[in-house]
Amino acid sequence: MAETLAGAAAANVRAYRDIGLMWTRAAMAYPASFWMMAFSGFVVGGLDFVGIWIMFHTVDSLGEWNLREIAFLYGASGFGLAFADMLVGRVERLGDLIRTGRLDAMFLKPLPLLLQVCADEFALRRLSRILQSVVVLGVACTFVAWSPVKVLVTLSMIASSSVIYLAIFVAFACIQFWTIDANEVANAFTYGGNAVTQYPLSIYPREVVTGLTLVVPLAFVNWYPALYVIGKPDPYGFPDWLRFASPLAAVVLMALALLVWRTGVRHYTSTGS
Amino acid sequence: MAGLYLSVATRAFRRYSTYTAATLAGMFTNCVFGIILCFVYQELWSLKPHAGGYDVKEAITYVWLGQAMIMTVLVWGGGPTNDLANRIRTGDVALDLYRPVPLIGWYAAQDLGRAAYHLLARGIGPTLLGALLFDIRWPGSLGAWLAFAVSLPLAVLVSFAIRFLVASTAFWLLDSSGPATVAWITAAFLSGLTVPLVLFPGWTRDVVLTLPWATFIQIPADIWLGQRSGWHAVEGLVLGAAWAGVLLLVCAFVLRRATAKVVVQGG
Repeated sequence: MAETLAGAAAANVRAYRDIGLMWTRAAMAYPASFWMMAFSGFVVGGLDFVGIWIMFHTVDSLGEWNLREIAFLYGASGFGLAFADMLVGRVERLGDLIRTGRLDAMFLKPLPLLLQVCADEFALRRLSRILQSVVVLGVACTFVAWSPVKVLVTLSMIASSSVIYLAIFVAFACIQFWTIDANEVANAFTYGGNAVTQYPLSIYPREVVTGLTLVVPLAFVNWYPALYVIGKPDPYGFPDWLRFASPLAAVVLMALALLVWRTGVRHYTSTGS
Repeated sequence: MAGLYLSVATRAFRRYSTYTAATLAGMFTNCVFGIILCFVYQELWSLKPHAGGYDVKEAITYVWLGQAMIMTVLVWGGGPTNDLANRIRTGDVALDLYRPVPLIGWYAAQDLGRAAYHLLARGIGPTLLGALLFDIRWPGSLGAWLAFAVSLPLAVLVSFAIRFLVASTAFWLLDSSGPATVAWITAAFLSGLTVPLVLFPGWTRDVVLTLPWATFIQIPADIWLGQRSGWHAVEGLVLGAAWAGVLLLVCAFVLRRATAKVVVQGG
C-alpha cells in the first residue's frame, strides 16, 4: 500500500515536471519577454522592500521591530508566497479554464485534476521572485544569534510558509467553482496575506491577530516562528508553544484546502447544456 | 466625431459593467489592502506625526484614494490596450487601421469609458468603506473638488498613453507581456502606490514628483487633501496635461513608424 502510494506520488511529480518543462520550452519561444519578466519578478519584490526601506528613512522601527527584523519577516513570507505562486499559482485562472471548457478536457486525462490545473502554463520565470526573497531572508539571517533549535525552527518556518500559501491559493481559487468571475477575492488572501505579514503583527489590533492565528492562519507563515528565532516577547500574550506550531497549522490548512477542492469539483457541473 | 468617440466610450463603460461578480471581488480586495495599509500608516504616523508633510488623517485618506485609483488608471495594466496588444499579435489590428477613426482616438475613447466605470464602482466603493472605518479628509472647497475632477481624466490619459506604447512594442516583439510587466512595476512604485511619493528621501522626492506616474495617485491626492491648492494645484494639472500631450504625440509617432515598417501578421 505504502509502496503504491509512493509510486503514484512519484508519477505525479514526474507528470508535473514534464508539463512544466513543456511550458518552459514554450515560454522560451519569446526569449525577450521571458528574461524581461524573470528580471521583473526580481525587481518587483525588490521595490516592495525598497518601499519598506523608504518608510524606515522616516522611522527607526515599526511595532518595535527594526528593519533587519522586518527583513526576516519579509523574506519568510515572500518565499512562501513566491514558491506557492510558482507551483500552484495558475489555479487562480480556474475560472478561465471553466469558461473555455478546458477544464472538462482535463477531466478526461489520466492525471489528478488539481495537478493539471496547477501545472498548466507553468512559468519558470517566477523563480526570480523566490530568489529575491532568499536574498532578503539571507541578509536578515546574518543578524540572528543562532542556535541549533533556531535553525530547525527557521527551516520549518520556510517549509510551513510555502505549504500555507499553497493551501490558501487552492482553497480560495475554489470560489470560482461557484462564481467564475470572482477570482480577485483570492488575491486578498494570497497577496493580501503577504502584505499583512510583511510587517510585524504588533502593529495590528488584537482582533486582527486573533483572526490571523485562528481563522486564516497567516501568522504561522513567519510571525510566531520569528518571535522565537529573533527572541521577542509576544505583545498579545498568546501561548509560547504557538512559536513551534507552524508545521501543524500548515498540515491542517492543507488538508482543509484539499477538502474544499474536492467539494468544489463535486459541485462542478460544467458550463455546457 | 465627438459623438462617435462618446458612443465608443459609453459602450466601453457598459462592457466593463457586465462583470458584477468580478467588480465586487475586486472591491473586496481593494478594501482588504486599504485596511492593511491604514494600520501600517497609523503606526508610522504615530511615531512620526508629520512624515512627508501629512498628518495621520491625511495619510489614511491617501490610502483610500490610492486604492480608488488602482483600477481607474490601471496601475497594474490591462484594459483596452490589452485588447490592442492581442490584436497586434494576431494581426487583427489591420482591421483597426482600416477604420475611418484614428486608432489612438478609438482606443483612448474606450479607455476613458472604462475608467469612468472603474471610478464609479471600484473607486467610490472602497473610499466610502474607508470613510466608514477610519477618519478621512474630504476636499475643503469647490475649487478642490473641481481641480480633483480635472486631474482624473488627465491621469487616465497619461496612463493610457504609457499602456498604448507598451502594447505597441508587440509590433516588433509580437509578445508585449515583458514590457507590460516592466511597465506595471514601474507604475506601482513611481505612482506612490507602494509608498506615498512625499515620503521619498531628499532629491529623489523632487524627481519622482515630476515624472508622469506622479499624476496617477500623488497629484490627485494632494489636490484632494489641499496639500496642493491655488496655483500649486494648477501647476499639478499642467504637469498632467503636459505629460499627456507629450506621451500621446510619442504614441502617434510610434504608430506611424510601426505601420510604415512592420508587416502585419498573416501577410
